[in-house]
Amino acid sequence: MTAGPTRRGVIGTGAAMLAASGCATDTAMPGTLGGADMARGHLLHHPFGDAAPAETRRTGIAIIGGGVAGLAAGFALVEAGYKNFRLLELEDAPGGNARSGRNAITAYPLGAHYLPIPNAEATGVRHLLDRLGIITGWQGGKPVFDPYQIVADPDERLLRHGRWQEGLVPGSALAAGDRDQIAGFFAAMARYRDARGRDGRPAFAIPMELSSRDADLLALDQLSWTAWLDTQGWTSPELRAHIRYVCRDEYGAEPGDLSAWTGIHYFAARRGEAANCDGDAVLTWPGGNGHLSALMARRIAGYISTGHVIGRVTATADGVTIDAIDAPRRRRIRVLADAAIIAVPRFVAAHVVTGWEGSAAGFSYAPWVVANISVDRLPAGPGAALAWDNVSATSESLGYVVATHQGLASAGGPSVLTWYMPLSTLPPAQGRSLLVSRPLADWQRIVSDDLLAMNPDLAGAIRRIDVWRWGHAMVRPVPGFIWGAARQAAAQPTPPLFGAHSDLSGLSIFEEAHYRGTRAAEAALAHLGIAHQSVLAA
Amino acid sequence: MADPAGADPLARVGPVLLFSAFVVATCGLVYELLAGTLASYLLGDSVTQFSTVIGSYLFAMGMGAWLSRGVQRNELAVFIRVEILIAVIGGFSAALLFLLFDRVADFRLPLYGIVLIIGTLVGLEVPLLMRLLKDKLEFGDLVSKVLTFDYIGALAASLLFPLVLVPQLGLIRTGLVFGLANVAVALGLLLKLPPGQKLRRETAAALIVVAALVAGLFGAEQLQRLAEVAAYQAPVIYADATPYQRIVLTKAGSDLRLYLNGNLQFSSRDEYRYHEALVHPALGRVARPRQVLVLGGGDGLAVREVLKHPGVEAVLLVDLDPAMTRLFAHSAMLTPLNRGVLSDRRVTVINADAFVWLRANRRQFDAIIVDFPDPTSFSVGKLYTVSLYHELARALAPDGVAVVQSTSPLVAPNSYWTVATTLEAAGLSTRAYHAHVPSFGEWGFILAAHRPVAAKGRLPPGLHFLDPATAQVMFDFPIDMARRKTLVNRLDNQVLVRSFDAEWGRYEG
Repeated sequence: MTAGPTRRGVIGTGAAMLAASGCATDTAMPGTLGGADMARGHLLHHPFGDAAPAETRRTGIAIIGGGVAGLAAGFALVEAGYKNFRLLELEDAPGGNARSGRNAITAYPLGAHYLPIPNAEATGVRHLLDRLGIITGWQGGKPVFDPYQIVADPDERLLRHGRWQEGLVPGSALAAGDRDQIAGFFAAMARYRDARGRDGRPAFAIPMELSSRDADLLALDQLSWTAWLDTQGWTSPELRAHIRYVCRDEYGAEPGDLSAWTGIHYFAARRGEAANCDGDAVLTWPGGNGHLSALMARRIAGYISTGHVIGRVTATADGVTIDAIDAPRRRRIRVLADAAIIAVPRFVAAHVVTGWEGSAAGFSYAPWVVANISVDRLPAGPGAALAWDNVSATSESLGYVVATHQGLASAGGPSVLTWYMPLSTLPPAQGRSLLVSRPLADWQRIVSDDLLAMNPDLAGAIRRIDVWRWGHAMVRPVPGFIWGAARQAAAQPTPPLFGAHSDLSGLSIFEEAHYRGTRAAEAALAHLGIAHQSVLAA
Repeated sequence: MADPAGADPLARVGPVLLFSAFVVATCGLVYELLAGTLASYLLGDSVTQFSTVIGSYLFAMGMGAWLSRGVQRNELAVFIRVEILIAVIGGFSAALLFLLFDRVADFRLPLYGIVLIIGTLVGLEVPLLMRLLKDKLEFGDLVSKVLTFDYIGALAASLLFPLVLVPQLGLIRTGLVFGLANVAVALGLLLKLPPGQKLRRETAAALIVVAALVAGLFGAEQLQRLAEVAAYQAPVIYADATPYQRIVLTKAGSDLRLYLNGNLQFSSRDEYRYHEALVHPALGRVARPRQVLVLGGGDGLAVREVLKHPGVEAVLLVDLDPAMTRLFAHSAMLTPLNRGVLSDRRVTVINADAFVWLRANRRQFDAIIVDFPDPTSFSVGKLYTVSLYHELARALAPDGVAVVQSTSPLVAPNSYWTVATTLEAAGLSTRAYHAHVPSFGEWGFILAAHRPVAAKGRLPPGLHFLDPATAQVMFDFPIDMARRKTLVNRLDNQVLVRSFDAEWGRYEG
C-alpha cells in the first residue's frame, strides 16, 4: 500500500492551502452546497410528545423511506397487484442515494451512477429491468439489454505517470513483479468467482444472502482485507493501490477498515450475464441511478408522500402506529397501518422504531462528497481517449464520470463531470463534521485543484461546481459486520415490522437495496395473507 | 541607459556595424518574402499578395527612415533595441500568421499589421547605421559601403529564400533562424561595448529572445501542427474553424481539395469516381427511388449524383455542420462542383447530428446514402455501430437499398468487413464492392437492404466513371481484400475504431 501520509493528500493539502491563503476568495465560483435535508433530518431528534395528531390516515402497508429499498418495496407491491399502501419520504423527492440533479447541459448523478449487468441469481433486479424496458428481450436464456443504456466504449481510463491508459487496472510500465502479482491476484479472484461452497451456493453472490455459508469462507469476514492480502503475499504497491481505489469506490472505506470477505466479494461476486454485451459491463445513464429510482417512483407515483418526517413507529396489537409531521402542510399526522416496511438506514430506524433502540450498534457509515462540475468542453489528455470513468492514480479523489458519455452526438461540447471522494482517511464521525463545517468555496477549490491536476486542459473551462454532501453515504462492512450477530439480527423480519435497507446486507449497492426492499414487501404481503408470486430466487 | 561618455564605444563596434548592414539587409528582405509567400499561400492570387505586401513593406520602411530623425542621441542603444525587436517580431512572424490564419475574422489585419511593424523597424536600421558610422568614414565612402553591404544582403536573401530556406526549413523555421541572425547582431554589438557601458537590460532582453527563438525552432513541429494550415501541400484558399470541425479548401491548378480536420474529403480531379461509386449501385437497385436520405456528405456531391436518377422526388441531406452546407450551397467556387444542388427545390438540408436525428426519425426512404467521416475517434465510431444500423434499417423502406462508405478494404480489410458484419447483425443483407479513387486509393462501400441485394442495377446516363462492366467488376474481391470474420461493432465495444486505428497506423507507419 502507498505510504500513509499521502492518503491524507487532498484533505490535508486542501486545508493547509486554505489556511495559507487566508481563505481569500478571488472571483467566486458559481455553485451550490447541497445534501440530505439536515434541518428536516434533525427534527427526528425532537421528541414528538403526546399531542393529538391533526389527522389520522389508514393504510395496509406503510413504507418508511423512499430510497431504492423503499421504492423497490412499493414497486413489488404494485407488481403483486397490492394497492393499499403508502410510502413516506423525508425529502422532497424520492431516490435516496440514487438521486440526480439537472442543469441546462444535462442530468447528472448526485450519488450512485451505475448498475452492473446483474447476475442470474439477482432475479429481482432482472425482473425490474425487464419491467422498465431496460432488458428488451431474451436470447438463449440471457437477457438482451437496451444498447443505449450499456456503458459506451471507452468505459474506463487511468492516469498513471502523466499518461492515460485504458482500463483502471495498472497495465503499462509495470515492473515484472507487479505484473505477476496483478495477474496472480485476478486469477485467484476468478477462482473465487467460479467457486461454490459445500452447500452448493456460489462462494460469493449478489444478493449476498445467496452466498455460501461455508465456515472457511465466512471466516474471511473476521480478517481485515489488508491482513488477508498480506498473508497471501499480495504486496505489490501497484496492485494494492488498485485495491485501495476499489475499496474506496465501492465501500467508501480503506482496505484496512474492511473485512477480507467484503474485499473478495467485490472481485468475485459478479457473474453478469447478457446476450448482447460483456457480462462485466455496466448500465448507466446521464443522471446515474437517479434514472432507475425515477422510473420506479413513476410507477408508484400515486402512493408516495414526500416531506414526511417520521417521529415514531410503534408495533401494536393490531398493526403499526406511525407518528409523523407532514412538513409541507406543517401538521402532525398519524398513520395506522397493518404492517410497515422500515426502508431507512438502521441508524435512523434505531431512532424512530420503538424497541429497535440500540440495534444500530455495529453499523457505521462512510461520508462522501460528490461534486458536479459544469465544463465548457470535454476533458482530453495524453494517451487513451476520454472515457466514462476517469481516475488518477495519484489523486485522493476517485476521479470523475462524464454525464454526457452515453450521448449519441458525435460533436463534443459542454458537459458535466461528476467527481467523487469518500472521506475514508478520517474516522466517519470526523468526516461528517468536516462535511458540515467546510464552506462551499473551500470544497470548490479542492475539487477544481484536483480536476486540473488530472486535466490541465480544462483550465478556464470550468463554469460551476455544485457540491453534494452525503453524511451517511454507505454502510461500512468492517471485519465481522456482514456475518456478525448485529447485522443478522437486524435483517430478521419482526412482523408487523419489516426492515428493508442495503445496510441489512452490509453492502451499499443497488442490487442489495432492491433485494431488501422486494423481500420486505413480499414478507409483508405474506404476513397479511395476501397471495403473490415471488420474484426473488430462493 | 548608459551614456557612452569617456571611451568611445564606436571605436570598438565599427567593423561589427558594417557587417551588420549585410545581416540586417538579408533579414529584412527575408521577412518581406516570408510575408509575401505566406499571403499568397493562404490567400491565393500571388500577384496581388506580393504587390501589396512589398508595397506596404517599402512604405513602412520609408516611415521608419522618417522616424529615425526623432532619435536624437544614443543611436547605438536604439539600434540594438531595434534589432532585438525585429528579431522577435520578424522571427515569429511566420508562426504567428499561420496560427492566426483561421482564428481571426479578417486575416489581412494581422498580415498587414505585422508587415507595417517589421517594415518600420527595418526602415530605422540603415539611417541609424549611417549615423553611427558617420564619424568613422568619409560621407561618400560611408554611403558606398553601407549600401553595398545592404544590396549584397538583399541578393543573398533573394537567392537563399527560394533555393535553400523554404525547401529545407519551411516558412516557420526560416523566420526563426533569421530572427536569431537579428538578435546575434544585437548581441555582437553588446559584447563589443566597453565594460563600463554595458546595456544590462538590453543584454537580458536579447538573451531571452535567443532562448525563445531556439525554443521555437525545437517546437517548430508542434507549431506546425497547431497551425494546421501550414501542413497542406497546396495553397489554402479557404479555412474555417466551426464548432464541429476545421474546414480547409486548397487549390493547386485545377485541383480543388476539401479537408475536414486535416483529413482529405475529396479532390476535384477524381471525386466523380468516389461519388458515382457511392451513389449509383444503391439507387440503381431500387425500382423507383423517390425519397432519398443522405447522411453526411454536406459537400452536396453525393446529392448531385442522386439527382441524376430520374424520378427522385425528394432528397433529405442531414449534415452536422451548417457552415459546411452553407459553404457548399453558396460559394461561387464550389457550386459548379456540386451543380448547385443544395439549392435545388427537391433538396432539403437539415443540420443535425445524424445519430440523434436518425433515432428520432419516423420517415422511411427508398435509398439511404451513408457518407460519414472515417471512424477515427470514438465519437465518430458511434456512427458505425449496430445500434445506428438498427435505426438505419428502421428508416429504410422494405424495398429500399442503403449504402455505407466503409474505408479501404485494401488498407484496412478488418475494418471494412467489420462494417459488413455489423450491418448484417442489424438484420440487413449486404453486398460489398470497391472502386479505385486515385486520391484515396482502393476504397470500399457496402450495400445493405432488408431483402437480398440484387446482383445488378441500372445506371443513369451522364456518368464519367461507371459503365455496366465496371459496375460489375467492383463486386469482385481479390485475395488481399477478401472477406474475413470480424466482430460486430457495438456502442459498448467500438471494435471498429480500434481496428481502423491499428490498420491505418500500420499502413502509414
